[in-house]
Amino acid sequence: MSYEIIGITVLWLFLYGYVIVASIDFGAGFFAYYAKVTKRDHIINQIISRYLSPVWEVTNVFLVFFFVGIVGFFPSTAYYYGSALLVPASFAIVLIAIRGSFYAFENYGSKQSNVYMFLYGATGLLIPASLSVAMTISEGGFITEENGVVSLKYWELFTSPLAWSIVALAIAAILFISASFLTYYASRANDEAALNLVRKWALFWATPTIIMALTTMIALSQRNQRHFDNMLELWWMFGLSMGFFLIAMGLLYIGRNYGMAFIAIMLQFFFAFFGYGMAQYPYLLDPYIHIETGVTNESMAIALIVAFIGGLLLLVPSLILLMKLFLFNADYAKGKK
Amino acid sequence: MEFDTVTVSRLITAMTLTFHIIFATLGVGVPLFISLAEFIGIKKKDKHYELLAKRWARGFIITVAIGVVTGTAIALQLSLVWPNFMQLAGNVIALPLFMEVFAFFFEAIFLGIYLYTWDRFKGKYTHWLISLPVVIGAAMSAVFITTVNSFMNSPAGFTMENGKFAAVNPIEAMLNPSAPTRIAHVLGGSYLTVAAILAAIAAIALLRKKGAEDYHKKALKLTVASMLIFSVLTAVAGDFSAKYLAKHQTEKLAAAEWLFETEENADLLLFGWLNEENEVVGAIRIPGALSFLAHGDFMSEVTGLEATPEDERPPLWIHYMFDLMVTIGMFLIGISFLYAILSRFKRWNAHSKFMLWMLALSGPLAMLAVEFGWIFAELGRQPWILRGYMTVDEAATSSPYIIHMFFMFLALYLVLGTLFVITLRKLFKDNPVELELEKHYLELNKGDEK
Ligand code: HDD
Ligand code: HEM
Ligand code: HEM
Repeated sequence: MSYEIIGITVLWLFLYGYVIVASIDFGAGFFAYYAKVTKRDHIINQIISRYLSPVWEVTNVFLVFFFVGIVGFFPSTAYYYGSALLVPASFAIVLIAIRGSFYAFENYGSKQSNVYMFLYGATGLLIPASLSVAMTISEGGFITEENGVVSLKYWELFTSPLAWSIVALAIAAILFISASFLTYYASRANDEAALNLVRKWALFWATPTIIMALTTMIALSQRNQRHFDNMLELWWMFGLSMGFFLIAMGLLYIGRNYGMAFIAIMLQFFFAFFGYGMAQYPYLLDPYIHIETGVTNESMAIALIVAFIGGLLLLVPSLILLMKLFLFNADYAKGKK
Repeated sequence: MEFDTVTVSRLITAMTLTFHIIFATLGVGVPLFISLAEFIGIKKKDKHYELLAKRWARGFIITVAIGVVTGTAIALQLSLVWPNFMQLAGNVIALPLFMEVFAFFFEAIFLGIYLYTWDRFKGKYTHWLISLPVVIGAAMSAVFITTVNSFMNSPAGFTMENGKFAAVNPIEAMLNPSAPTRIAHVLGGSYLTVAAILAAIAAIALLRKKGAEDYHKKALKLTVASMLIFSVLTAVAGDFSAKYLAKHQTEKLAAAEWLFETEENADLLLFGWLNEENEVVGAIRIPGALSFLAHGDFMSEVTGLEATPEDERPPLWIHYMFDLMVTIGMFLIGISFLYAILSRFKRWNAHSKFMLWMLALSGPLAMLAVEFGWIFAELGRQPWILRGYMTVDEAATSSPYIIHMFFMFLALYLVLGTLFVITLRKLFKDNPVELELEKHYLELNKGDEK
């Protein structure tokens, strides 16, 4: 394998990791607010805060890892995406800042206020919306480069069906992933009341997720024929994705094996995410950044890969320890520790 | 001043970094002191130290949160605000940036574990051991980011061919000429600053006479002793930094010392100002001291500003930044030394009102020294963003929206800063030491006069 393929695979894996862990976090924020408004917060908020407290920082590092990595492996992404995304990415930073710091303020500072719960819920949906702009513009046609000045065509972006369906897909997927994770976590904690509530949410959000996925495909076919055709060629990836989706739905529906159901959902997104990414090859930004010409020099690529392997050797055992202590420790989940 | 995109880009970066560095410094230093306090607490079986570690950790959670979100802002802004710089330099500095994220990752994981497992392990040392990866992770992230900044000052590890970097050696780029001295100085400065701030908190508590005197005095003993050690180390490392400048970046030192002509036996100037003819007025002159600072020899020759083309000279007002940093450094050495002497002898009172006031001052002053030091280092590099290769003008974004972004981030930092202060005050006011000691550490009450 060439360096650029190794590089983009690793980065895409991390982005996938971010999509999963961040979805759980963002969705939980929305559900916490929703439960509060509908006066059901006593049922689930205990579960949500016990899981989220120790891990929000780790979630954030996944994102930082991705964009530091992509700029490292493909420096021209800094130039094009950096120039074009100044406004949407800055909004994302502000939202992330509000979410992260308010989280600390409220949890350690005082009682949970309504304003805070609202911000916590709303940012969870707005952050993915603003980050998804990067996805949209990678399809091409949203950027101009004149006299060395790269700029984003805002009108084109805001009137694009593709942009809006990606936003809607992101939000539906977040709520679906999050609800099914919370279902699993509630079942670990043996919390019947919470389990019933979040399981209903998981079943509900499955439908919009699939509808938006199909809508996005259609919008994509109008925007970037090449990408769409490549995706059709990878039909088996999307077939697998659909298969895992059906398995998950079955398990959720009959109300058994919530752990397996969540793993099936992770696989569903894994195949869809990688199918989508592989079909975009060979462009990182259609048509400006070609993966082979955009890659950094050989010695840096090797150094990054070595650093990456070294880093993983350090991180994987630590992450396992973290999960053992909090996620898979039944006593902790139940609130006994 | 003209508000073109370059100026605004500089302002936005300066603003984000001056805000971030406050929390970054705390983030590097506080884990060390939490770890020290917990260790002493276990070793001496002294609950006061355990409580110190717990209370510092509680405050730390909030500083970390802001450190993380502002750090995320910087990492993104490097590409958003300086796209041309990252496109070029990304080829050489990607490695330390990448490793920095690993260091954060490592730190974040163990910090999460540390904070939520105070009473979950059987062996007392097990929990303490978890603090070590946090201390190391924090220090390593400072090391990596400092190598990036050093690279901007003394680029190394590549050759230039047709406007592109070739023959890149990432390791050599990391170990560039200014990296070793600056790493030492930045780390030392962070530990010093945190020691001073924690000492200031204890000193203020003693001044307010709310009780729990033993607890606060133990805190002072630990932090002021650390202040003494780290202030000396920081000054030594700073001296090495100056020697590096004298050799490799003469214009920065010359601008900082208003040395317009190359001179032997050059004087060190403290403060003063420049008159119309660019002559120094009202400064305190220490004969030969600049030569000594630059080369360790009072008679040596120090290169002046005339050796640098006029349009490549840094602004002259960095003189004040340098002087203020060094003055504060000397003050911190002095005050912690005095405390050490006073507490040696039973007859003398190390906790007089005067001493406590001085210690209370040293915290904010140390943080100011960090800020002054960075402003000196960054502006002393002007007009270069990558010294000798790329200027700031060439590096900045061309987006006209940068000015709007500036005000958005200004608002964000104002909100974060305000909430930070409010939350910390609330956290410690609602749960004062006296109360916590009474509630959880009954056995310690009053009686333990030592
Ligand atoms: C507590 C903070 C603190 C204190 C007391 C000092 N410094 Fe400092 N100094 C820093 C915190 C700092 C810093 C913020 O960490 C800087 C900014 C950039 C850097 O590498 O370190 C710095 C930069 C810096 C530089 C520029 C390095 C460069 O640009 O390459 C020099 C020459 C010195 N310092 C020298 C000194 C001397 C001789 C001191 C005498 C006591 C001193 N500093 C005290
Ligand atoms: C962490 C402490 C730091 C502080 C407080 C700091 C402070 C500053 C300040 C005040 C400026 C504005 C200079 C001006 O007005 O032109 C600046 C500029 C800049 N700094 Fe730093 N800096 C820090 C570290 C770094 C590091 C580690 C990097 C590299 C990754 C960096 C990259 C830059 C860049 C790209 C600019 C804009 C170019 C310029 O104006 O010089 N800074 N910084
Ligand atoms: C010498 C100057 C700097 C020091 C000592 C420093 C140190 C720190 C520390 C201690 C944190 C908190 C991390 C945690 O506890 O998890 C932090 C956050 C962060 N800093 Fe800085 N920083 C400096 C400058 C910079 C610069 C210039 C950048 C940009 C390249 C940067 C990027 C980050 C990022 C991305 C985070 C958040 C990481 C996370 O999500 O955990 N820092 N920094």
